[in-house]
Amino acid sequence: MPGLSGRMSTVIKAKISKMLDRAEDPGETLDYGYQKQTELLQNVKKGIADVVTSKKRLQMQSTKLEQQVVKLDTQARQALAQGREDLARTALERKSLAQTELQSLDTQIKELEAQQEQLTANEQRLRQKIEQFRTKKEVIKAQYSAAEAQVRISEAANGVGEEMADLGLAMQRAEDKTETMRARASAVEELEQAGAFDDITALGSGGDDIDRQLAELTSGAQVDDELAKMKSELGSGGGDAPALEQGEEKA
Amino acid sequence: MIVRIAGEGQFKLPDGDADRLNELDNRAVSAVEQGDETGFRELWSQMLEIVSSDGNAVDTDELVESDVILPPRDITFQEARGEFTGDGLIPD
Repeated sequence: MPGLSGRMSTVIKAKISKMLDRAEDPGETLDYGYQKQTELLQNVKKGIADVVTSKKRLQMQSTKLEQQVVKLDTQARQALAQGREDLARTALERKSLAQTELQSLDTQIKELEAQQEQLTANEQRLRQKIEQFRTKKEVIKAQYSAAEAQVRISEAANGVGEEMADLGLAMQRAEDKTETMRARASAVEELEQAGAFDDITALGSGGDDIDRQLAELTSGAQVDDELAKMKSELGSGGGDAPALEQGEEKA
Repeated sequence: MIVRIAGEGQFKLPDGDADRLNELDNRAVSAVEQGDETGFRELWSQMLEIVSSDGNAVDTDELVESDVILPPRDITFQEARGEFTGDGLIPD
C-alpha cells in the first residue's frame, strides 16, 4: 500500500529486518527479543516516570493559577467597590490571562494522562507477545520439519518484532511530547516570575510594563464585558465597600 | 487483512476493506501534499472509523505481521507531512 500508511510500514519493516538481521537463526531472535525487551522496559519505565513528573509539575501550576483566578476576581470586585476602575481592570486582565493558561494546562495534563495509559498498555502487550513467542517456538520445533519450523518461527518473530518497533515508536513520541510540555511549563513559570499573575496589591513601580503587556495579551472585549457585569452586580448590591485585601506573600 | 494502528495494536479486517482504505489513503496523501489539513483530518478519521467499525482486535497470543501499519491516531499534520520527506516517523 503506497502513501501514508505504506511509508509507515516501510519504516517499521526496516526496523524489524534490522533487528532480525542481527540474529542468524530466527530462534535467536527470542534471545535478542528478551535483551531488547529489557532495554525497552527500562526506557518505558523512565518514559512513564518523565510523563508523571511533567504531569505533576503542570498540575501544581494549575492549582496555583486557580487560586490566583479566585483572588484576582475578589480584588477586582473590591477595587470596583472603591471606585478604582483602573485597578479592577488590571485585576481582570490578569485573571483573563490566568484563565487562558489554565485551559491550556488542563488540556495538556489530560494528554499526558492518555500518554501514560497508552505506554503502560503497549508495554503489557509486548510482554505478553514475547512470552507467547517463547512458547510457540518450542511447539513449532516439535511439530514441523527443521526447514518449515524455520519459516514459521520467522513469521512469529516478525510479529514480535513489529510489536517492539511499535513500542519504540510510542516511546519516542512520548518523549517528544513530554519535551514540549516541559517547554510549556517553563514558559508559564516565566510568566509567573514576571508577575503576570500576581495580585494587584503586588503592583509596584515595575508594574506598568507588565500591565501594558497584559493589556496586549488579554482580550480587551472580554475584560470590558466582565467589568460591566461586575459594575451592575455591585450597583444593585450597594452597602459599604470592603477595604482592598492585602495579597499573600509571593511564593 | 491485518491492520495495525501505531500505539494501539492490531485489528483483523475483512479483505474487502483494503480497497476502501487504499483509496482514502491516496486521497489523504494528496491532501497532505496540498497542505489541506482539514481535508486530511476528515480522511484520516474515516480511515480510523473503518478500522474501528469493521475490525476485531487480534488476540495477544497471535503473532502475525500486519499488512498495513497506520500512523498513531493522534498524528499531527506536521508529522503527516514528515511522512513524506523521507525521514519517516522513526528517524534512525
